[in-house]
Amino acid sequence: MKGIRRSLAAGLTLVMAAGLVLTGCAGRTEEKPTTTTTPAASDPAKKPFEGVEIRFLASQHPWTDTVKKDIAEFEKQTGMKVNMEVLAEGNLTQKLTVELTAGTGTVDVFMQRPLQEAKQFEKNGWYADLNTFAKDAKKTPAEWDMNDFHKGPIQAETVNGHLVGIPLVTEQQIIYYRKDLFQEKGVKVPTTMAELEEAAKKLNDPSKDFYGIVMRGQGNPAVTQFSSFLYSMGGDFVKDGKFTMDSPEALKAFKIYGDLLGKYGPPGVLNMHWQQASALMAQGKAAMWVDANSLYLNVTAPDKSTVGDKIGFAQFPAGDKGSAPYSITSWGLSIAKSSKKQDAAWEFVKWASSKEMVLKTQAAGNPSARASAWNNPEGTKSWPKEWVEVAKKSGEIGKPSDRPLVINVGKARDLIGEIITAAIGQKDIAAIAKDRNVKLNELLAEENK
Amino acid sequence: MSRWIEKNLKWVFPAPAVIFIVVMMAFPILYTAWISLTEWSMSAVTPAKFIGLENYINLLGKDHRFWMSVWRTFYFTGLALVGETLIGLVLAVMLNRDFPGKNLLKTLFLLPMVATPVAIGMVWLLMFEPTIGYLNHFLKSLHLPQSLWLASEGSALASLVLVDIWQWTPMMALIILAGLVSMPSDPFEAAEVDGASAWQTFWHVTLPMLRPTIGMAVILRSIDALKTFDIIYSMTQGGPNYATETLNLYGYNLGFGYFQMGAASSLLMIFFAIVMGVVIFMNWARKGALS
Repeated sequence: MKGIRRSLAAGLTLVMAAGLVLTGCAGRTEEKPTTTTTPAASDPAKKPFEGVEIRFLASQHPWTDTVKKDIAEFEKQTGMKVNMEVLAEGNLTQKLTVELTAGTGTVDVFMQRPLQEAKQFEKNGWYADLNTFAKDAKKTPAEWDMNDFHKGPIQAETVNGHLVGIPLVTEQQIIYYRKDLFQEKGVKVPTTMAELEEAAKKLNDPSKDFYGIVMRGQGNPAVTQFSSFLYSMGGDFVKDGKFTMDSPEALKAFKIYGDLLGKYGPPGVLNMHWQQASALMAQGKAAMWVDANSLYLNVTAPDKSTVGDKIGFAQFPAGDKGSAPYSITSWGLSIAKSSKKQDAAWEFVKWASSKEMVLKTQAAGNPSARASAWNNPEGTKSWPKEWVEVAKKSGEIGKPSDRPLVINVGKARDLIGEIITAAIGQKDIAAIAKDRNVKLNELLAEENK
Repeated sequence: MSRWIEKNLKWVFPAPAVIFIVVMMAFPILYTAWISLTEWSMSAVTPAKFIGLENYINLLGKDHRFWMSVWRTFYFTGLALVGETLIGLVLAVMLNRDFPGKNLLKTLFLLPMVATPVAIGMVWLLMFEPTIGYLNHFLKSLHLPQSLWLASEGSALASLVLVDIWQWTPMMALIILAGLVSMPSDPFEAAEVDGASAWQTFWHVTLPMLRPTIGMAVILRSIDALKTFDIIYSMTQGGPNYATETLNLYGYNLGFGYFQMGAASSLLMIFFAIVMGVVIFMNWARKGALS
């Protein structure tokens, strides 16, 4: 008798549970039709997307700040409602991962870092192929002009022949330096690695809480800023299908990066991302900062920096093989494959990456991937002249990637980062580099399986 | 129908709670257990591939980083528990007397507990900053040696323990205080009649009577401390150089940094077993001490 009761109870529980689940689902399916993409039938010519809501996951970035101001205008033109959520870049990846895995169409448009995420996201089937929109004359007018985009950035956003995103922001690695101090102490603006180290040494003054140079010291984030050192010394992450992080060129590059921060960097550099590094520069605690040029407002804007008017910009110094900074696409705009409002989403992407908007975002300080914005004096008017020159030159000579192009970029960056932190800690890196290189090649072999 | 409900009342009433537990807890755990036996990058196009116990073998057998994170988890929990229990006990004994402003003080005590963990992390991050942070400024003004706090592999985890102690000691103090307040007064009167000193009374009367309360508080706190994520993630993300990567952080990195959902799930299953094991052990130790 007891046994029957027990199974009865279990059955009842199950039924009720099922009921809960089912009603939950039903609730959701009922919602869908009200928000589908079908353009309003009444007046299609005027406001084709009247009443359509799209959700846009964006990263905290100066680009986002600029676009945010104009979204109301876009909503007025199209009748669309854009629900924008702004997250820090790490949290953005995490949120995207969770929501895109669920595949329920909660995300329509999102910002993405092509070099970091494109391969993995494409492998996971999360991207809508934008070629189907961009090359469709009905959906995209000719004046949007795909050919206006630089080739490199479009290449970075193309995986397996699919266009996974529209490039928004490009960047190159440069030197930020304190013009006043360099002049005062008679130090030459570095053009070679040796001069860079020399300058850091001369200006370093720890007793006054002032340091020669600051850069990223957290292993994983430092990898991208280390890449230009690697290229300039003649090395690369991968050569002939194998990682070469233990090559003589790579070891030299590790040593330079490690010595700069280990000997002339601030204490606590191992816990620094660009936010901490730029904060020290902005508070007048460092003579040089080497990082992406797209971050320049963080050290020049009067509300963020006490030394804004004293910051100079210089091209990345030459190593054994000349100056070879990265010149990459840091952010792009994509549409989720699981989105049920892809047409509306494209309308938004098209608007955000249109010539007018790109000119606007570039003028506000976000280097773009559109030739028209660079050729228009409006597009570079508000920038420091020196900055524009350095950016142009770096763009010409730059390498199109700042990290190893594997699927599991996160893990590869962690492993390379371990060599960097060891170098900063002034440890003997040859053995560590060799060990990590083996692990990197294991990772690569697994991916190519 | 109503007759049936009447007859089975004892099943019907708890049913919502049971269903809630099944849907919200049992299912996720079982699903995690299933994923832990597969290799899956959260792909929508490539389904999860069943690989048996390989994830577990890799973690337990080959992964140095995993064992380091196990060690750090226990180091963090142990150090935090000792600090929180001792300081909590002292505070509770002090608060057990009557003095003006006592209630105000008790309320202020709650502040670290109710503050948002990420906000706490941000504030402490600024205080710990070696060049411009307040803690080093303070040490400098006292002519004491300064520390790198979170920025050095040697001191980062201990610095996080400090934050945890700051945040959670009040909870320990309040639980222990509740135990103190509810004690009968006869044993204390007897001790006084027998001429025991204040210290003797504390050691031989108060403490033994407090043991069950302290034991319960320690169990509750240890479960939470083992699973600490928020303050570590907001302050170091496991760095520098993995020096603060506990099991929870490593699991997060495997899942969201490396897209290795299978490995992350198996780590979480092991983690689950560890937490269960600790709870069972502590409960057993507590019961043994009582009888």
